[in-house]
Amino acid sequence: MSDTSQPRLALTDLSKTYDGSTPVLDGISLTVGAGEFFSIVGPSGAGKTTLLRCLTGLMRPTDGQVTLDGIPLSEPSPKMSLVFQEYTRSLMPWASIGKNVALPLRARGVPRAERTSRVAKVLAEVGLSGVEAKYPWQLSGGMQQRVAIARALVTEPEVLVMDEPFASVDAQTRMDLEDLTRRLQQDHRMTIVLVTHDIDEAVYLSDQIAVLSKNPARLVEVVDVPLGAERDQIHTREMSTFADLRGRILRTIRDVQTQPV
Amino acid sequence: MSLRSRVALGLVVPVAIVVSYALWSANAASPYFPPLDVILTRFRELWLFDLVSSDVLPSLKNLGLGLLLAVIAGIPCGAILGRIRWMGEMFGPLLDFWRSVPPIMLIPPLVLILGIEDSAKVTIIAVGSFFPVCVATADGMRQADPTLVDAARAMRLGPLKTMVDIYLRAGSPAILGGIQIGLQAAFVLMVASEMLAAYRGIGYLTMQAQVTFDSVTMWAGTLLLALLGFTANAVFVAIRNRVLSWHTGMRVSRASS
Ligand SMILES: Nc1ncnc2c1ncn2[C@@H]1O[C@H](COP(=O)(O)OP(=O)(O)OP(=O)(O)O)[C@@H](O)[C@H]1O
Ligand SMILES: [Mg+2]
Repeated sequence: MSDTSQPRLALTDLSKTYDGSTPVLDGISLTVGAGEFFSIVGPSGAGKTTLLRCLTGLMRPTDGQVTLDGIPLSEPSPKMSLVFQEYTRSLMPWASIGKNVALPLRARGVPRAERTSRVAKVLAEVGLSGVEAKYPWQLSGGMQQRVAIARALVTEPEVLVMDEPFASVDAQTRMDLEDLTRRLQQDHRMTIVLVTHDIDEAVYLSDQIAVLSKNPARLVEVVDVPLGAERDQIHTREMSTFADLRGRILRTIRDVQTQPV
Repeated sequence: MSLRSRVALGLVVPVAIVVSYALWSANAASPYFPPLDVILTRFRELWLFDLVSSDVLPSLKNLGLGLLLAVIAGIPCGAILGRIRWMGEMFGPLLDFWRSVPPIMLIPPLVLILGIEDSAKVTIIAVGSFFPVCVATADGMRQADPTLVDAARAMRLGPLKTMVDIYLRAGSPAILGGIQIGLQAAFVLMVASEMLAAYRGIGYLTMQAQVTFDSVTMWAGTLLLALLGFTANAVFVAIRNRVLSWHTGMRVSRASS
């Protein structure tokens, strides 16, 4: 990424205080380059979801601003898609998978025939061909998560934002979904912003990792992950760079947490 | 339990009541409780199908039209009261007041103002069943999951589509419950308004029979009203279960996981 290119996403001095409480986010500035896999890690309750809500335009920050391709963002952008932490609850239980995945296309007035073919294509991509007629509650948690990802991808977003997307699935499904996400990012040249509290996952997937502190959340450091474009669940995790980065981030988080407030 | 055994079990008590009445009334010689076969004969003479087009269908038409108007007006009004905070605050007390008043109270003033024509009956039924639909829809607006609402915002679903595709669908169990209460109110109002102020209709004929001590016709009318009420509710429940199959399915899958 050359320094002259404009960042895809830029956060400048972002702060958020919910009504009548102490600040949750305090002066967070960071930039995400186009095509980058960017992770945000931080302890539980640090304000990661709050940060994502601000950077997707779902919520106004108290202070600071977010720009997408240089343009200030004040409401959700059609270039961005979001996968929610509570993905099960983000799906419509009264609608079939086909209708759920087609919803963002309906929002854009895409004609029915095109909706159907794009839904089929994106479901195939996440490995869920032919489930269109099923209902979300007829699928396993991991499958529902794929549906949520498919719904986010169906609009071919430039930026995909994911909030702890793999937190509540079993280890094997989790690895599958990690690799799926990484592959989709490469195939579509998407920019991905991923929130997680799993440091290993962040290191495995990312090009850059932002570490947040808690109470309030401040940006502690941004770590580069020089592990290359090709990642493998076994080999990558065995590399010494992987272990070094993992150790370094864990140590940073521990140091921040033990510091007196 | 299988469907067939449930139906069989459910039929035991009604059949027992009918059979006991038939046996007892056959030689009771009471002017108030005529023998069952006499009532059934009158039932057939009146309702199969001599008076159907003059007295039964108009009543049912008033019922259907009134309820339809109530639904058409009640859902948007409830949606507005449920979604727009200050509107809810402003009209909330009125709806609470209405909840605690029996709907037949509507009949005297509306008859005085509108008369006893069909249009007056439709109005009475529509007003009476409007409130349950409206209240239930306003409550139903709270059923949409905030995460799903956020998802809709993130995908820039417009306000109208969000209302139709998210809020109304999420609220549909509550709304259909409100329509069911509305149907019951509509039925009561249909019968009561005919009993109190009409020149035709099942309620009118039944009431006239009572006033003239024609107990056979009175029972035949009562029986028809009971059957109509039961059938209307059963049809409604069948439609509701179909529309809400996702809701049942979801609850079953949550309970078993
Ligand atoms: N709508 C809200 N109103 C008031 N306070 C809130 C609201 N949402 C979140 N908070 C508070 O802000 C803080 C950060 O919450 P947030 O959900 O952003 O954390 P998180 O890092 O996503 O946590 P987790 O890892 O558990 O998902 C918490 O203390 C939470 O109680
Ligand atoms: Mg969170």
